[in-house]
Amino acid sequence: MIRKTRLHLVQNEGLLFEESSPGKKAYQLPDLDVPAVDPAAALDGQAREEIEGFPEVSEVEAIRHFTRLSTYNFAIDLGMYPLGSCTMKYNPRVNEAVARTEGLAWAHPYAPVEHIQGCLEVIHRLEANLAEITGMDAVTLQPAAGAHGEWTGIMLVRALLESRGNPRKKILVPDSAHGTNPATAAMCGYSVANIPSNAKGMVDVAALAAAVDEDTAAMMVTNPNTLGVFEEQIHEVARLLHAKGALLYMDGANMNALVGLSRPGDFGVDVMHLNLHKTFSTPHGGGGPGAGPVAVKRHLEPFLPSPRVVRRDGRFEVEENQPLSIGKVRAFHGNFGVLVRALAYIMAHGGPGLRRATADAILNANYIRTHLAGYYELHTEAPSMHECVFSDDKQSPKGVRTGDIAKRLIDYGFHPYTVSFPLIVHGALMIEPTETESKQELDLFIDAMKSIAREVEEDPQLVKSAPHRTRTPRVDEVLAARKPVLRWRP
Amino acid sequence: MAYPENLRYTKEHEWVLVEGDTGTIGITDHAQSELGDIVYVDLPAVGTKIGQGASLGSVESVKAVSDIFAPVTGEVTAVNDALTAAPEMLNQEPHGGGWLVKVKLGAPDEVGKLMSAAEYQAYIGA
Repeated sequence: MIRKTRLHLVQNEGLLFEESSPGKKAYQLPDLDVPAVDPAAALDGQAREEIEGFPEVSEVEAIRHFTRLSTYNFAIDLGMYPLGSCTMKYNPRVNEAVARTEGLAWAHPYAPVEHIQGCLEVIHRLEANLAEITGMDAVTLQPAAGAHGEWTGIMLVRALLESRGNPRKKILVPDSAHGTNPATAAMCGYSVANIPSNAKGMVDVAALAAAVDEDTAAMMVTNPNTLGVFEEQIHEVARLLHAKGALLYMDGANMNALVGLSRPGDFGVDVMHLNLHKTFSTPHGGGGPGAGPVAVKRHLEPFLPSPRVVRRDGRFEVEENQPLSIGKVRAFHGNFGVLVRALAYIMAHGGPGLRRATADAILNANYIRTHLAGYYELHTEAPSMHECVFSDDKQSPKGVRTGDIAKRLIDYGFHPYTVSFPLIVHGALMIEPTETESKQELDLFIDAMKSIAREVEEDPQLVKSAPHRTRTPRVDEVLAARKPVLRWRP
Repeated sequence: MAYPENLRYTKEHEWVLVEGDTGTIGITDHAQSELGDIVYVDLPAVGTKIGQGASLGSVESVKAVSDIFAPVTGEVTAVNDALTAAPEMLNQEPHGGGWLVKVKLGAPDEVGKLMSAAEYQAYIGA
């Protein structure tokens, strides 16, 4: 039974360009109280007379346009968003309140350090907190997102190996890896070698032992991996790599399963990134930007991006003198407003609160796993951490695939789970509820998934043609990918 | 779909058709079915030399991007440009009109070690 959605008035909305008519505007400037300057002369002839086709609308038209568009959206503030490996947790409002503190929100990165001691303390403290949580020795907050963090981390690996005389040639990745891992390796000039998973969905240690050699720069491992399974032999993985002088990189995408329980620095990781927009409740995507801090062990610290914030005699300073640094990877200190939100989250929870959040995230995933196991095919018997992965093997004989089930889930008022990933699971349904959801919401989700499983048996076409209750019916994703329309033309 | 007897098959789900010293290379019906709707095909330039097992390009579906591995060693003599405008040919005619490249065979002995149609069907459990 569909309990969470009802039909609801949603207005159609054109493009802002189509609402435009000459002379409308959404601003009013005060009278000039300084001498007028000719902008064309001041800009040395670079000034534009006008921007061709720029829409002209009134304030209320602009407000209505974007407000109407926002009603087309689904967000964590509307309901459960179980997108696996994305950790779509609720972003507590206290984060926003703290980020709007005047001295933080209006600080300028070129202000003298005496004027921004508080901002520098935020950076210094967040670095220390993240180092403690991960069990690492030093942190850079510059990278702007997870993939940027990966790139920064592997550049640090390259810098360390170059300083030892040989940058080496290849990076190992498990076949369950996020696609960004091999992309990162390639961007950093390394070739990529795949390591197969064993029957439990973990890195095949024998295959790793055979693959790691003097040409191996590092292995990139996600732990728990993309099946939501903790890599039980991570110590052995680290030992095999270190014995050959290679490093262990951890993709921190699934860190929401570990915070307060297990520290990568304690199980042999040399360098890792975190996604503040996943684990530490800062906004994702359109509400972002993101942040992908990189944490390292002591041997990689000299190579961290510059500048770094240091504390000397109780005063915070910006240290530029880092002769071995790989340089800047982002302007100033990264996406500062995001960093403030993450620190607010950490401090509002405290250590015990963070550990509780992790335990609840694991409990929620296992609650879903247990209740859906009779309806959807579990991929592995290995215990789940913060997410569980099913396949569509029970549904595919009826011609219904994971993507169809996901679209039907929209009709029930939930954001879809992650479809068709990890690639090693045929027809994957990857579900991550996070600690955000109550038992009531989890039960609604479980009921919806069971109901869809029944629909597949009784009326598979209903599921294959979903969604039915959205303002736009199923879109042709194949046509969109084959013949994308990338810009508006009048 | 039947797997033609005159093609030889790889474990990575490519096929090769040998005519004289030319090998025509494509992906199998099983491969296209697993990938789903193919939206883009990336192929090497004519003249590219490829070794057996090396990546000769990639196919992109709405789900994933997958490497295509060369079933044989050779030099590319022709590419199927029609796939640029109509990648769906790979789904519709994987063993025919959806061919990817033709190569001048560099090591004809390799062909005999590939699977026959019957062996390939047993391999994929068809």
